[in-house]
Amino acid sequence: MHETAVAQSIVETILVEAKKIDKKPIRAKISCGQFNALNDEVMEFAFDVASQDTACKGMKLEIHHVPLRANCKKCQNEFEFDIYSGSCPTCGNSEIEFVPDAPLLLEEIEFEDEDS
Amino acid sequence: MKVSLNKRILDRNDECAQKNKLFFEQNSVLCVNVISSPGSGKTTMLSRTILALKDKLKIGVIEGDIKTDTDAEKIRSTGAAAVQIETQGACHLSAVQVHDALTQIEAMDKDVIFIENVGNLVCPSAFDLGENKRVVLLSVPEGDDKPIKYPGTFAGADVILINKMDLILYIPFDLDRVLNDIRKVNPDAKVFKISAITGDGMQQWYDWLCDMTA
Repeated sequence: MHETAVAQSIVETILVEAKKIDKKPIRAKISCGQFNALNDEVMEFAFDVASQDTACKGMKLEIHHVPLRANCKKCQNEFEFDIYSGSCPTCGNSEIEFVPDAPLLLEEIEFEDEDS
Repeated sequence: MKVSLNKRILDRNDECAQKNKLFFEQNSVLCVNVISSPGSGKTTMLSRTILALKDKLKIGVIEGDIKTDTDAEKIRSTGAAAVQIETQGACHLSAVQVHDALTQIEAMDKDVIFIENVGNLVCPSAFDLGENKRVVLLSVPEGDDKPIKYPGTFAGADVILINKMDLILYIPFDLDRVLNDIRKVNPDAKVFKISAITGDGMQQWYDWLCDMTA
């Protein structure tokens, strides 16, 4: 349930941004890597709980999972890492190096337009 | 209206982790974050390590648990300084909690600070505490599928200790599979096979620790 701490942090940031421009936030987009182990259902639930009694209540949360990539040390091929195979799909070599996993990012916040 | 931010979500934790890292650097303290499932033997491993190295290294321990200070008590019985953080339900330690604990065990006078994280193979790995090294413990009774089920945690380890090796005769545990799966997600990790109860295999772990503090 590290999603709870992630949700609280997202809500705090959105509230700061909303206050700056005095608009109601309606949607946020976050992205995460594979090692962050974010579960969509738990994340959405934690976000709903953290938004209660704040201006974030009722917001939509979009979660984008960035695939993990790796480089083959033999043929230099960069590929999307599949934990079930664990080796290079081109040459089959299992000596690989991970490209750094994507960080947890709050990418974008959408606010209600004046006329809506 | 859309506002593009691209802001790191756990940036407040990360900022505090940087402060901790600086503290360890300035005071020449090696900080080791120990992560594992509950019951894998973290406290037993640390107690044995402290007793074995008490003439060589000054060691302090920050204990993280949801409730109770029994682990800190166990560590104090070895003579080492220990501070207990009760997270009251949280499944991981944060950099701020560690920062507050550092002053309570006079961390600046120590050679090594161990952080025994809350028993959990998922959440602690997402929180940088500012540690210099990360150790993941896996015990034989947990089963041989853990590295592949929790790849993020094993991928982030500098050292992986396979504990309770004394039980391998009695429990189905495919050691080759474990080593192979660890190599898939973390080819650079040092892997030591130990029994914290009998002491078997612990010397290589002590040697690594002493090398890191030299």
